[in-house]
Amino acid sequence: MSLCAENIRFSYGDHAVLKGVSFEALPGEFLSVLGPNGVGKSTLFRCLLGLLTPTEGRTLIDGRDTADMSPAEMARRIAYIPQSHAPVFNYSVEDMVLMGTTAGLGRFSSPGKVQRKLVREVMTWLGIEDLAGSGYQNISGGQRQMVLIARALAQQARILIMDEPSSSLDLGNRIRVMKTVKRLTGEGYTVIQSTHDPDQAFFYSDRILAMKDGQILACGASRDIVKDTLISELYGTEVEVYSLREDSVRVCLPAEQSETTKEEIK
Amino acid sequence: MKTNGKTRRLAPVAITLAVILVIAVFVSFLLGRYPISAGQAFGILADGILNKLGLPGRVPVTWTGTQASLLLNHRLPRIILACLVGCCLSSAGAAYQGVFQNPMAAPDILGASSGAAFGAALAILLHLGSAMVVVLAFAGSMLTVLLVVYTGNHLRGKKAVGLILAGIMIGSLVSSGTSFIKLVADPEDELPAITYWLMGSLNGTKPSDVLFAVIPMAVGIVPLFLLRWRINVLTMGDDECRTMGVNAGRLRVTVILLATLITAASVSVSGTIGWIGLVIPHFSRRLVGNNYKKLLPVSMLFGAVFLLAVDDISRNLFTTEIPIGILTSVIGVPFFLYLISGEGDRI
Repeated sequence: MSLCAENIRFSYGDHAVLKGVSFEALPGEFLSVLGPNGVGKSTLFRCLLGLLTPTEGRTLIDGRDTADMSPAEMARRIAYIPQSHAPVFNYSVEDMVLMGTTAGLGRFSSPGKVQRKLVREVMTWLGIEDLAGSGYQNISGGQRQMVLIARALAQQARILIMDEPSSSLDLGNRIRVMKTVKRLTGEGYTVIQSTHDPDQAFFYSDRILAMKDGQILACGASRDIVKDTLISELYGTEVEVYSLREDSVRVCLPAEQSETTKEEIK
Repeated sequence: MKTNGKTRRLAPVAITLAVILVIAVFVSFLLGRYPISAGQAFGILADGILNKLGLPGRVPVTWTGTQASLLLNHRLPRIILACLVGCCLSSAGAAYQGVFQNPMAAPDILGASSGAAFGAALAILLHLGSAMVVVLAFAGSMLTVLLVVYTGNHLRGKKAVGLILAGIMIGSLVSSGTSFIKLVADPEDELPAITYWLMGSLNGTKPSDVLFAVIPMAVGIVPLFLLRWRINVLTMGDDECRTMGVNAGRLRVTVILLATLITAASVSVSGTIGWIGLVIPHFSRRLVGNNYKKLLPVSMLFGAVFLLAVDDISRNLFTTEIPIGILTSVIGVPFFLYLISGEGDRI
């Protein structure tokens, strides 16, 4: 499924947060929305997910306007993967993942055999089937993130929206989670993540949407975005970008006064 | 609210509770100052059922007319009502805990009970008739809950604590309203009726009381039971709930309306019986975990067993009956203290 945002504008009162954002995400694509904190990434996601109604503009999924869809219709197409959190009640991991199947159920029904089988398959595919009986509050942050991914897959949506998926995780969990996300795009899922970390965005995503002040500063292939001038402008501070491992990795560092070892990327 | 997240299967727990309920109901027929033996009780019930089916006189009569009348007109309706009220108050508590994402929510803590009491007292004061008692109880209950939720959301500090504080404040405000009604009530007829009713007792339950309460209870509890899976999704927060395809706002309002209706129906026939809506859902969470698919049926059965047992104690422990509200407080308050202490956090 492809997602297309057309000229999305949103204001809280007089304060314009989004000033006309347009982009398209294609099937199997990993798109990063990159920008400093408070630039409107979350507001953009909330508009895409139908949690906020944009003051102008619209979101299309496979050409259909999401404003015309019911919450259940939306949920079968686009899923939200929040940062790992702690709900008030300690549900078992299996119950957490089962909640993803709700959009496919009748209003008065509960998940049954079919849904439990789907949940088992999803969890096995992600390699977390052993967690099924554990309490969601009793597992680690990385495991929780995997469970939330499983829940989104159980929802059977093909577009996944991830809010800063790696920011609260340690290195090992971050790598595990992002590897899983890459596997998903390989299966044809469309993944859109928000991040404030250009290194991470470069390493994992196909395309980057750089956002500043509620507008798109630049949008394009990762290697065209993660560059000295653009990243410096995006974050409002002098940054130097270094390339490693035959340019499969780029690292952003604060600009140095002496430029002896620097190999600039034009 | 922490449990180990492990879940037990529903069927064994539910069947055990159902068996205990059936035994408790039968034992309750036999308890009381006027003796009725097990054989007689069984005979009276069998005869009563066969009579209704148009097959009179099939059971040899081993009982007196007084015994039959006592059992069918006094003990039976009282037992049914104890079960219904217990079932309603504990499922309302479980539902409130889900929609407010607050393990300490309960009908009495949210002011639903005191609001219902105020409405009912007002209806008695104005001689509006028994149907209006339920209507005003519901209106009073609903208004109080809305006021508590609104105030709780606007208090500074932790939301969970804010809701409880708002409940205590608004609840006491509403209770002083009820006291004022008692003050202006006619001490000859209205005041005794209000006082008697507010005590929270199932004493003197008539068969008509059961019929009167069962309709609003059914109207509330059947949809609540059917919607129970979705309450889980609601506890994830409004945004996540919506992205999982459930209209959070609409579901929350629906569940609050249903839970408040069954609370008001319970209060309008039994007066205010406290704590059960907090205590029973928590024990049920320990038995089967937090998934409402299992939690709600278990809370319903457990609540019915619990209130029936407490009512049996209230009418048999001493020669004068102890109002049931007193007994549920004696059990509920220590449990609440345990919950809000550090120890309870680990539940």
